Amino acid sequence: MKHVTEEELIAYQEGETTQREAIAEHLTSCTACRLELERIEAVLNALDNLPVPERGPEYGRAVWQQIAPRLPERAGRGWRTWLEPRRWVAIGAMAAVVLGAFVAGRWSKPKDSGTPAASVAQVRERVLVVAVGDHLGKSEMVLMELANAAPPPSGQKQINISAEQKRAEDLLDANRLYRETAKQEGDAALADVLDDLERVLMDVAHSPQDITPAQLETIRQRIEAHGILFKVRVVGKELQEKQNNTNSAPPATESKAGERNKA
Amino acid sequence: MIRMSESAGSTQDREALQSAARESDALAVERTLAGERDAFRVLVERHSQQLFRLAYRMTGNEHDAEEVVQEAFLRAYRSLGQFGSRANFGTWAYRIAANYAIDRMRQKRTEDARRQTPSALAEQQEQDPLDLVADERPTPDRLAGNTELRKKIEEALKELSSSERTAFVMRHWEGCAIEEIAAVLKSTTSAAKNTVFRSVQKLRRALEPYVGPRGALQAKAAGAAPEPRGTEL
Repeated sequence: MKHVTEEELIAYQEGETTQREAIAEHLTSCTACRLELERIEAVLNALDNLPVPERGPEYGRAVWQQIAPRLPERAGRGWRTWLEPRRWVAIGAMAAVVLGAFVAGRWSKPKDSGTPAASVAQVRERVLVVAVGDHLGKSEMVLMELANAAPPPSGQKQINISAEQKRAEDLLDANRLYRETAKQEGDAALADVLDDLERVLMDVAHSPQDITPAQLETIRQRIEAHGILFKVRVVGKELQEKQNNTNSAPPATESKAGERNKA
Repeated sequence: MIRMSESAGSTQDREALQSAARESDALAVERTLAGERDAFRVLVERHSQQLFRLAYRMTGNEHDAEEVVQEAFLRAYRSLGQFGSRANFGTWAYRIAANYAIDRMRQKRTEDARRQTPSALAEQQEQDPLDLVADERPTPDRLAGNTELRKKIEEALKELSSSERTAFVMRHWEGCAIEEIAAVLKSTTSAAKNTVFRSVQKLRRALEPYVGPRGALQAKAAGAAPEPRGTEL
C-alpha cells in the first residue's frame, strides 16, 4: 500500500473514512504514516487545551435579565390558562389572604394613628406582610419536602414529584404577584428573595413528573446553591415578627423594608 | 409527600436525564407559545452555558460570545412558532447561535478589512502566513509557556474562514455530526467534510512547529530531518 495521504489521515482521525481497516493495518507497519498521524493528533490535542472562560451558575440568570425586557409579548393562549380550575384555586386563596389581611388591618388600626395616607400605606404593607408570610411558609414546605426526599428503594429508579410540582405551579402565580408588589413597594430585598424563589419553583414546576434520583439531586443542588431555604426562613421569620409588632406596637416612622434595603 | 413509582425501564441515568431535559424543554416551549413569557426563562437558564462555549470558540472573544448568546435566544423566542415540538430545543438554539456567530464573524472581518489601510492590507496578502509565523518563532523557553502557545492557537484560528472555523469548532470541540455541520453551513455533507478537512490542514500548517514532542521545531533543534513521505512502501 502507498503512504496514506494527509487527507486520508485526517478523515481517519475524524472517523470519517470508509477505508478504516486498511489504513489501521497500514499504520501498524508504516512508521512514517504513524508519525504523520501523531503530528496531526498533537496539533488537535493542543487545540483541545484552549480554555474557555468560565461562566458561573448565575450566567443563565444574567442572560435572562439582559434579554427579558427585549422580548415581545406573545398573544398565545394565555387567557385560556387563567380559566383552568387550579388557577382559580390559587387566585381564590390569594384573594382570601389579602381580604383577611385588610380586615385585620381595619380591626387592629389604632384610633389615634397618623394621617389617612400613612394609614393606607400601613394597611398595604400589612397586606403584603401577611400574604407573603403565608406564601413563604407554603413554599418552604415544598422545598423542604424536595430537599429531604428519601432515595428510592431498590428496584425503583424514578421518583414521582407530581404533587410538589402542582403546588410549585400554584405558588408560582402568587410569587409573581408578590414579587411585583414588593418591587413597587420598594422592598428590594424581599423582591430579590422572591425572584430567587421563583427560579427554583419554576425549575420544579417545569420538571417531568417522574424524575431520576440524579435529577432530584440537581434540584436539591439548585435549592442549596441559592441558599433559598435559608433566605425564605429568614424573611419569613422577619415578616412574622413584623406582623406581631404591627399588631402590638404603634407604627414606626420608617418601614422595615426601607431598613432592609439600606442594609 | 414524594411518591416512588416503578422504574420506566433499564435506560441509563444519563439517557434518562437527557430525555427528561428534552421533555422539560418541550413543556417550556409549549408554555412560552401559550403566552407565558417567563417559561422561556427556564430554557435560557438551561442552555446559556452551552451556547456561550460554542460562541466563544467561534468568535474568540467574550464580548462577542455574550452578544451571540443573547441574540440567539432573542431570535429563538421570535421564531419559536416555527420550532417543531418534536425537535430538540437545545440543538435548535445551538444552530441559531452558530448561524449568528458566522454572520457576526463575517461582519467583523469586513469591518476590520475596511479599517486597515489599502497598503497594509496588500502587504499582508502578499506575505505568506507561514512566513509570518516563522519570523515570530519563539525560543524553547517561550514555547514552554502556555500563554505563548495559546496566542499562536488564537492567531491560527483567526486565519480560518468563518465556515472553516465553524466546521472545526462544531466537529472538534462540540462533537457534532457532519450532517449537523452541513445544516449550519447550508452545504452538502461532502462539502462540510471538506471544510472540516481544510480547517484541520490549515491549523496543522500553522501550529505544528509549536506543538507535540515530534514537532518540526524540536526535530530541527535536535538536528534530525523529518522523515520524507510520499514514497511507496
